Amino acid sequence: MSFPILTALILVPAFGALVVACLKKSRPELVKLAAVLTSAVTAGMSIWLLASFKTGEAGYQFTSQHEWVEAWGISWHLGIDGISLFLVVLTGLLFPIVIIGIDPHHDEKPYLAWMLLLQAGVMGSFLSLDLFLFFVFFEIVLVPMYFLIGGWGYDNRIFAATKFFIYTMFGSAFMLVGIIATALLAKNDVGYFTFDLVQIAEHADFAASTGRWLFFAFAIAFAVKVPLFPLHTWLPDAHTQAPTAGSVVLAGVMLKLGTYGFLRFGLYLFPEAANWSKPLFFTLATIGIIYGAIAATMQRDLKRLVAYSSVAHLGFIVLGTFALTSQAMTGSVLQMINHGVSTGALFLLVGMIYERRHTRLISELKGLQKVAPIFAAAFTIVMLSSIGVPGLNGFVGEFLILIGSFETARWWTVVAATGVILAALYLLWAYQRVFHGEPDEVNSDFAELKPREGGILLIFIAAIVFTGLYPKPMIDRIEPSIKSLITHIEERSDYKAPADDSEHSDHMSEGEHE
Amino acid sequence: MSTILAATPFVGPGIEWFALSPLLALLAGALLILLVGSLTPPWKRGGYAAFTSLTALVAGVLAVIQWNRIDDNGAKTLVGGSVAFDKFTIFAIIAICIALLLTSLTSEDEVRASNEEGPEIFGLFMLAAVGAGVMVASNDLILLFLGLETMSLALYTLAAKERRNSEGQEAGLKYFILGGFSSAFFLYGIALIYGATSSTNVSIINKTLRGAVRADGNDVLLLVGIGLLLIGLGFKVSAVPFHVWSPDVYQGSPTPVTGFMASVGKVAAFAAFSRVFISGLIYRADDWRPAVWVIAVATLVVGSVLAVRQTNVKRMLAYSSISHAGFMLIGIEAAAHVASDDAANGVSAIAVYLLLYAVLVCGTFAVVTALAKDGGGTELKDFAGAARRRPALALGLTVLLLSQAGVPLTSGFVAKFGVIKAAVEVESYAIAIIAMLSAVIAAYLYLRIMVAVWLADSPEETEAPARLPFSLALSVALAVGFTLVVGIYPQWVLSLGDSLTVLIR
Repeated sequence: MSFPILTALILVPAFGALVVACLKKSRPELVKLAAVLTSAVTAGMSIWLLASFKTGEAGYQFTSQHEWVEAWGISWHLGIDGISLFLVVLTGLLFPIVIIGIDPHHDEKPYLAWMLLLQAGVMGSFLSLDLFLFFVFFEIVLVPMYFLIGGWGYDNRIFAATKFFIYTMFGSAFMLVGIIATALLAKNDVGYFTFDLVQIAEHADFAASTGRWLFFAFAIAFAVKVPLFPLHTWLPDAHTQAPTAGSVVLAGVMLKLGTYGFLRFGLYLFPEAANWSKPLFFTLATIGIIYGAIAATMQRDLKRLVAYSSVAHLGFIVLGTFALTSQAMTGSVLQMINHGVSTGALFLLVGMIYERRHTRLISELKGLQKVAPIFAAAFTIVMLSSIGVPGLNGFVGEFLILIGSFETARWWTVVAATGVILAALYLLWAYQRVFHGEPDEVNSDFAELKPREGGILLIFIAAIVFTGLYPKPMIDRIEPSIKSLITHIEERSDYKAPADDSEHSDHMSEGEHE
Repeated sequence: MSTILAATPFVGPGIEWFALSPLLALLAGALLILLVGSLTPPWKRGGYAAFTSLTALVAGVLAVIQWNRIDDNGAKTLVGGSVAFDKFTIFAIIAICIALLLTSLTSEDEVRASNEEGPEIFGLFMLAAVGAGVMVASNDLILLFLGLETMSLALYTLAAKERRNSEGQEAGLKYFILGGFSSAFFLYGIALIYGATSSTNVSIINKTLRGAVRADGNDVLLLVGIGLLLIGLGFKVSAVPFHVWSPDVYQGSPTPVTGFMASVGKVAAFAAFSRVFISGLIYRADDWRPAVWVIAVATLVVGSVLAVRQTNVKRMLAYSSISHAGFMLIGIEAAAHVASDDAANGVSAIAVYLLLYAVLVCGTFAVVTALAKDGGGTELKDFAGAARRRPALALGLTVLLLSQAGVPLTSGFVAKFGVIKAAVEVESYAIAIIAMLSAVIAAYLYLRIMVAVWLADSPEETEAPARLPFSLALSVALAVGFTLVVGIYPQWVLSLGDSLTVLIR
């Protein structure tokens, strides 16, 4: 039997958290070392995973399956495919960066322990192929995130942390009942009682009305997590009050649990219901895009602005997911990564501004370009990537989504496309107010980028530029899994994907980066 | 009639003493500690608690032996059919023994510190445990009533232990008077059931109701009797609307006693509830199931919503225990769907829930005992910054509270999952959703306690806290360990639970 790499991806950080928790507080360097080491090992494993992933295969790779709770048909079933591959890699790489690069300022030991536990939970969510196991990880990530926001956040942190916890748990309440009902109702079709995702998705045949109920039980949980309008209100609070590292992780990987959940569970388990309800999701996603953009324009707090921009960006991802065409869905998966990178970097930059000026209010900042040109340059690149300027990663994802959605969700796409323009509006306007002009007295000693900060940003910018110029390797790995998902949906509902789908997207991915 | 009596002299039922040994051990322990304790000078430190723990252990081991005997020889009824000797009984008795063990470990220090060291408290603990054991074992309503009163009288006294402060007086008096009321309801219910079925024996009631469809459809006696039993038991499990006593009593009683009340009281009352309703009155399930449904929903909603505004940790936990009662009622509701093949899973779900909850609640109150002593009270603000003073204890409390909130990888999740699964299996989707949503509201309560412990700014006092008493630390460690082990590897508890589905009739 080969090395259980996926299990290790979950257990190594979890074990690291345990080690960190057991070390003595009086030896901070040991604590830090343990945390850095475990996250570095995890990062190494995820890179190895990326390297040995078989491109062009649609199915699950590196699967491992063990009995866990036989009485309830629950197994420790992990696997990875094109949809989850890059999310896992992103999770593997983002955490060491955050752990090394961002200083919590106090109580480092519990902070690092929670961070590692969070990583284990997020990894588990992306790797689980068992409904119950997924739920366990999906829920367990709340706990470390709650403590990270509540313990290391800003003034209103406890309110924000509690709101975050309660909102997400509210969604999960429906999902838990949905999961149990799914497994029980699938029992006859599958032949035995199991929570195994693949078994249920391949064999179960739910009546249309049943499937829709079950789908919505799942959808509420994912819609809260995404967050989809009108369930998004926890996000600006959580993002604004979270410590920088928390925001980066939240935007980088945790929001993706929702969109990933739609792809992996919602669409896969209940194709008929997903196809049936897609107008609803198009509408909510489009509202989210426009509303998020307008709300972002109105913000006075830089971090809140970025948070609302997340609502808009995730609207695109949901739009692409439910468009059910190969380009749009591939674009969605790609955009999940892009958004994680760009918005993660934006939060990092806003965090650096806060470190220096102890404010995030746009009105308090002025003329930073003059005093910190390199910082401003970094901000510009990241911002442009978030806007979706060609040549940077954001463009590839959003363009694929819009192209793909245009075929199946024409008018929604037309409206959504204006969101791209609005994104330029709010980000450029904010940039103008913060960086342009003559710095006033308080802003004139704004420190330039430090080497450590620059190094971290360089990693993000490299990813932004690379994906923007050469997305083919990623698309090649994502697309087969997406296509097989679409086939699965076609077989089980009366949906037919547009015919010229595959040629079109090949053409796109070729032409894009030339 | 009289000729029959004259003809057959009274023959007492044969008693299988060994099968009753767990209960006898507890009773012997109670009598011994009271008798010997009153004749000897105060025992050396911890002697009473150690004796009680030992008794609990012995009773627990004896119960395990009985479990194996049932494995070999099958379940049966004893003492003229009035005692049910099945795995459900034994399982509940084991839960009671564990709760007794944890409580006595927790109380050791508390009792010694209060300058009232004596055997009485521990004697009462054991007596209450005997009563609880009789309740869970009883297959006869009269015996059930005897157990109920034995347990309740001991608990009334324990609640009033802090008789010198007004809260303690209120707790004792309130519990006693309202408890008396509920006993009266219960007793009248027994009388009416007897009137309708001419028996108080659960098995016979079951058999009588199975065939009996009355031509005139006049069931008033029976239905009123069922209603009164529901009220009496509803009071004991603190189901809404019979819950009003519990926040005051929980708050006024000494903390370890509260934990004992919440654990043993619930185990006994719910086991008896299951026995009477699932075993005895199952053929009338269609009549009482809607009532249980309404009570369960009310209990879930009220328990979690009212908890939100509380500022006293013990009151909060009282409401939380009300909301847990709501979850257990779901199990009963599920088990009442006689038409479904899966109804029996409701019974095992309740039993597993009871065991896990008993440990959970004992552990929680053990931590509260320790933290309250540091902070000088059980108000939420007294807990501020407890994590700085005692990080390990705070971590333990966090695990226990997360477990109560039903977060995965803890026993609380396993318990809730089992009950929800039982409900979904019989297609009670509405109640499952309501339960999960109320669990979300209840989570807010646990978060508030965690915020106070971890995140609130503590009053600046840097004095190192006193060393945690060993026995208390042990009890917390046992509870937390159990919570995590069951949460991560629940298989063994579940397979124990699966063997409980059949109640002996």
